[in-house]
Amino acid sequence: MSLLTPDAGLLFWMILSFGIVFVILSKYGFPVIIKAVEQRKEYIDQSLESARQANEQLAGIQAESEKILAQAREQQNEILKQALVEKEQIISEAHQKASAEAHLQVEEATRHIREEKEKAIREVRTEIADLSVAIAEKVMKEKISRTDEQEKIINGLLDNVSFSKS
Amino acid sequence: MNRIKNKYLFWFTFLLLACIGAPINAATTGDEPGKVDVQDIVFSHIRDAYTWHITEWNGKEISIPLPVLVRSEERGWDMFLSSHLHHGNVHHNYYVAGEGEHAGKVVEKNSRGEEVKPLDLSLTKNAVGLLLSCGILLFIVLRTARWYKKHPYEAPGGFTGLMEMAVMYINEGVVKEGIGKEYKPFSSYLLTVFFFILINNLIGIIPIFPGGANVTGNIAVTAVLAGCTFLAVNLFATKEYWKEIFWPNAPLFLKLPLPIMPFVEFFGILTKPFALMIRLFANIMAGHTIILALTCLIFITASMGVAINGTMTVVSVLFTVFMNCLELLVACLQAYIFTLLSANYIGLAKVRE
Repeated sequence: MSLLTPDAGLLFWMILSFGIVFVILSKYGFPVIIKAVEQRKEYIDQSLESARQANEQLAGIQAESEKILAQAREQQNEILKQALVEKEQIISEAHQKASAEAHLQVEEATRHIREEKEKAIREVRTEIADLSVAIAEKVMKEKISRTDEQEKIINGLLDNVSFSKS
Repeated sequence: MNRIKNKYLFWFTFLLLACIGAPINAATTGDEPGKVDVQDIVFSHIRDAYTWHITEWNGKEISIPLPVLVRSEERGWDMFLSSHLHHGNVHHNYYVAGEGEHAGKVVEKNSRGEEVKPLDLSLTKNAVGLLLSCGILLFIVLRTARWYKKHPYEAPGGFTGLMEMAVMYINEGVVKEGIGKEYKPFSSYLLTVFFFILINNLIGIIPIFPGGANVTGNIAVTAVLAGCTFLAVNLFATKEYWKEIFWPNAPLFLKLPLPIMPFVEFFGILTKPFALMIRLFANIMAGHTIILALTCLIFITASMGVAINGTMTVVSVLFTVFMNCLELLVACLQAYIFTLLSANYIGLAKVRE
């Protein structure tokens, strides 16, 4: 039965030591540990949250950059298309211009040629007239007697010439 | 593979030989081979002692004398080492009573020649073991707490990590679960109780000097622990708790002429901590008793011949190993159960409408 009767001395030491241990540990022991662990947990949670936010931001930035890239590509395409159109326009314009110029030049040339021809014809005519006058002079000097006959021939010749030329 | 098997076989044979050899030596060097007072060996361990007996070497007892602190009604305080009282010696009229009401305790022969028991605050074996484990507990917990102060926002490893795991598990899994929302003021107390019981249980299992004191297997220690839980439950109880005890929700005839139900409920207040006290005390004491009894089996059978003694030694060692493993489990389990039940009792006293 002595096992079941608490001993006064041990009871005293137990109350004393357990009390001291309890007071010390509840002041400097367990609350410090629990507080530190909880603070660390909070810190980790915060870090995770900020990491998640940063990730989200990064994803947003990526999406935006992709959008910008797509926009740029579209713009580029549009510019290229426009350039193509403009090129064709320019080429066709140039074509038109060139053909018009060529046409003009050809006309000018024909006009010039015609003018030259007429000028030449006129020159030839005066030359021929001079020549025929000279011929007539010579003919008249040599065979004045047969005047009528000669004039007939000359006129005949002259008419022939002018007819064929005009 | 073969070599590993051989290695195991070697160690097994070695242990077997050691087992058989040891008791023969013990039997031949003892004063009276074959006469082993098992009850005395077991009870002298289970109960308290004024000296810390370590071992016996060549017939010479090696033990640490502990201070005896007594207060006599006639002569006041007195303090001396327990070595003065060895072998029935009388010192300052104090001696250890051989038999009677105070057997094994320091008693005083007063001026009228009567044997009276003085107020005995001696640092007995259990008291010293208690102080030792309190020191270890303080060292461990304060060192862990200091680590956190030095390393804010860091995760610990090694022993500190183990401590963190245990502290947080008890705090969140036992205290918070048992008490509920208002658990914070009690978490320090319950954590202290848990680690206090755990450290004392574990040190109690160690068979050599600094350990081996039967601290948590002593009723005075468990009584103080249960008393603290009793105070924690009843000092901070809510009105609803007291109403349920003195005016429970039961038929009127059970309450009015004869307060049967209030009496039963009131008795329940006392039985809960009483059960806590007895459970821890009985579990640890029984564990120590069984291990000691199994070890004594070797010395009991020493006189029965080498064959019986040898086989019993092997059986005893195997059983002791098994019991030690079991006690390791019980040490953790009892600390856990005490904390869990304390938390639940406190939680029950925190009822709200």
